[in-house]
Amino acid sequence: MSVKNQKILALRAALAAVEPHGVRVELGVPRLDAVLAGGLMRGALHEVFAAPSHEAAATGFVAGLTVRLGGPLLWIRQDYAGLECGALAATGLFEFGLDPARLLLLQVTDAAGALKAASDALTCAVLGAVVIEVMGSPKLLDLVTYRRLALAAGESGVTAILLRQATAPSGIGGVETRWLVRAAASQDEENWGQPVFDADLQRNRHGPAGHWVMKWSCDDGVFRPADRGAVVSAPCDRPFASPVAEASAA
Amino acid sequence: MRLTAVDRRATELGLAPGMALASARAMVPAVRVMAANAPADLRLLEKIADWCDGFTPLVALDPPHGLLLDVTGATHLFEGEQAMLDRLRRALKKQGFAVAGALAGTALAARALARYRDGTVVPPGRDSEVVAPLPVEALDLDPVTAHAFRRAGLKTIGQVAGRRRSELTARFGSGMVFALDTALGRAEMPISPRLPLPDYRAERRFAEPVMDEKTMLATLNLLAGRLGKTLEERGEGARALQAVFFRADGTIRHVAVQTGAPTRDPALIERLFREKLDALADPLDPGFGFDLIRLEAARTEPCRDEAAVLGHETTPQKEIRALVDRLTARFGTHRVLSFEPRDTHIPENAFAVAPAQYAQTPRQTWEKMRNVGEAPRRPLRLFSPEPVSLIGGEAFRWRHVIHKIRRLEGPERIAMEWWHDAAPDRDYYRAEDEDGRRFWLYREQGLRWFVHGVFA
Repeated sequence: MSVKNQKILALRAALAAVEPHGVRVELGVPRLDAVLAGGLMRGALHEVFAAPSHEAAATGFVAGLTVRLGGPLLWIRQDYAGLECGALAATGLFEFGLDPARLLLLQVTDAAGALKAASDALTCAVLGAVVIEVMGSPKLLDLVTYRRLALAAGESGVTAILLRQATAPSGIGGVETRWLVRAAASQDEENWGQPVFDADLQRNRHGPAGHWVMKWSCDDGVFRPADRGAVVSAPCDRPFASPVAEASAA
Repeated sequence: MRLTAVDRRATELGLAPGMALASARAMVPAVRVMAANAPADLRLLEKIADWCDGFTPLVALDPPHGLLLDVTGATHLFEGEQAMLDRLRRALKKQGFAVAGALAGTALAARALARYRDGTVVPPGRDSEVVAPLPVEALDLDPVTAHAFRRAGLKTIGQVAGRRRSELTARFGSGMVFALDTALGRAEMPISPRLPLPDYRAERRFAEPVMDEKTMLATLNLLAGRLGKTLEERGEGARALQAVFFRADGTIRHVAVQTGAPTRDPALIERLFREKLDALADPLDPGFGFDLIRLEAARTEPCRDEAAVLGHETTPQKEIRALVDRLTARFGTHRVLSFEPRDTHIPENAFAVAPAQYAQTPRQTWEKMRNVGEAPRRPLRLFSPEPVSLIGGEAFRWRHVIHKIRRLEGPERIAMEWWHDAAPDRDYYRAEDEDGRRFWLYREQGLRWFVHGVFA
């Protein structure tokens, strides 16, 4: 290994040591967790985009993430989202494996209210996660807002998840991970209807991007690799190799 | 049409309330009249009463144009009775009202004096001698009785009081005697205040009106501290608080917040008000500043000590409750919600979303409908049922998009509760389209189809 590589590794280790809430939560798909350097990072901002008319799948994916994160959950929702994508159903959440008693629902009229509430809630360190469900692409969601949310999340250790409905993924930075989620067809012929997600990891600050098909186990509360096997794209959009690749090389 | 009120110049010209408009016009052809608006007058009177709340909380309306204030125990705040009365009259005059006022031992005496001896302050216990020279009309009796007194040669209250009780009672009834006694300060008739008196309140008066929000919040914090001390002595905490801002020009603003658990922590209360003030649709306009800020605990509940100081708690539940209070103060009670299970199998009623501030430990628990390893049987998101059109039994159209059905399972028959309403039963199906989207459809009476929800 060259001196330069060693230096980079040392710097990475130093960075990892000062990372404030470097606790990661395993999602349950081994290769995905490896790409995420151990799992979904707590105390960070994650963004989940719903593919057009796949709002329910994105909702399920976010619900799955919050089950993994644990703790009380605040779900901030625009009124319009309730009409357009349907109201959150407690019975359905319970069937999914998310205890409705953990959930606090806040209905706001506009994105401004949602973001204000989010930055307040992110200071409440006992929360496990804050989900901010936003319709469309409000102007308010700019780089400054992203940075503010990410900072608030980092300070308290509460994970912020932006659930973006009815909009195309944008390239605003500041997020730890960005996903584009759509539903995938059930594979199990007998017992069909289990949640299966086709998740495109478009941005990953601590590793390469990729594309996964995974199912959610409602009983165990973990994601599982779908039977057809994970498809990991080559990290062509990044100049450096992922930590995983380096680890295996070393 | 008759005159209901006249101004000073009209009085000088000989016009008086009660006169027919036609005769008034005949006497003074140039008279200018405006239609009387009694409801508006009453609203104005109520506004003035609100403003008088700044002097004493016990304010009663005395329509059509009077207010009764019980100032017992409040006069020392204004350096005495005379000073208080002068201040009240001056302030109202400044706002453009014609004022007459008096202060006496009983409400009736004060009212009589206000009408006939404006500005009088009766020393304690001397009501009867001050009231005695007033004409009998000051007793506010019905015209027949007043006329009867006049006919009998009894022109002043003192002369009436000089008659024997039994005579008066026999001739005019006990009501008149009671009114007489009250006017003379011999009997007490309590006023009925418009607003209930809150159990706990604290207020701060400013010599120089305050205008900036920082000072206002600091004042609320200070008042909350004072309120908290009283509450602590009684072992109570506030569930609902109200801040009243009295603007220097007489406008009054009420701002209320609620808490999920009894509290008396000043920092928490200040924070709730900050959220609330920040989120007001029509912001608090200080204008020329507020000269009085009052904090009232409108509703209190017993609370133990550790629950009282929410701000310093670390237990998760307390923190969540504080967050719920803050969000509720900002967004309103019906926007911060939590789920409660309900005992019904009708999908849209099987759970309730209730204000999180009022959330209690539910009597029921959630029940799983699926067996281990099975797919969820209820959707994640529910719509109010949206009609879909079926295309040849293999596809359906919903929101202008055609979904080809790849998989379908059902029916699960859900009977409506006939004792509530006579809705037809529903046959529910789970369906998956070619893209993997999973829907919850139902058929009503075997013909009409609806989308009710979507699965993950």
